[in-house]
Amino acid sequence: MAILDLLLLSILVLCALAAVRTRDLLGAVIIYAAYSLLMAIIWLQLGSPDVAITEAALGAGVTTILMIATISKTGRYE
Amino acid sequence: MRMQEILILKIVVRFVIPFIQVYGFYVITAGHLSPGGGFAGGTIVAASMVLYALTFDASQGLEKLSHERASLFESLGAIWYVALGFLGILVGGNFLTNGQIGIPLGTPGYLISGGLIPLLSFGIGIKVAVTVVSLYYSLVEED
Repeated sequence: MAILDLLLLSILVLCALAAVRTRDLLGAVIIYAAYSLLMAIIWLQLGSPDVAITEAALGAGVTTILMIATISKTGRYE
Repeated sequence: MRMQEILILKIVVRFVIPFIQVYGFYVITAGHLSPGGGFAGGTIVAASMVLYALTFDASQGLEKLSHERASLFESLGAIWYVALGFLGILVGGNFLTNGQIGIPLGTPGYLISGGLIPLLSFGIGIKVAVTVVSLYYSLVEED
């Protein structure tokens, strides 16, 4: 389990750095969705399934859709 | 290829939406027994409605849930919560008192248990679902 946690956390840090550094806003939103999904699994590992369900539904689902709707109204590249 | 022309997407979404909604309502009604509750379940129900509006069209989704109807359901959810809370004050206890108002508490671990809690999470679920959907509509609406 420790190996899985370490793997998840390292990919989480990679996702966070990539979401900040990328210039393509749509790509950043998709990386952020992957970040939220990883975060949901980590919440489950930490023993908090309630927060995990909310994170999977809100963070990976609705927030991504709202951000993509915003991008479709504005520009894709900053 | 425009979004309106994709047939496979439309048929798959039409097939999948009932399952998402049943799962969302399950998370709401079993909120006092298992992980989940009003907020998480309401978000899942809202995700199904946003999926409908994404696949078909925002105007078609607005026909199902117009802004007037959305604000009506939103207010009903909030009023439902506060009214159930004031029941406790009417009996002479605290706000949101559970056992004193005479509601049957049921057997712990079964679906009908917890007194007020399932009713409260039902109100929260409706309010959260409608709020998230109207957030999406007011973002994508043409004006």
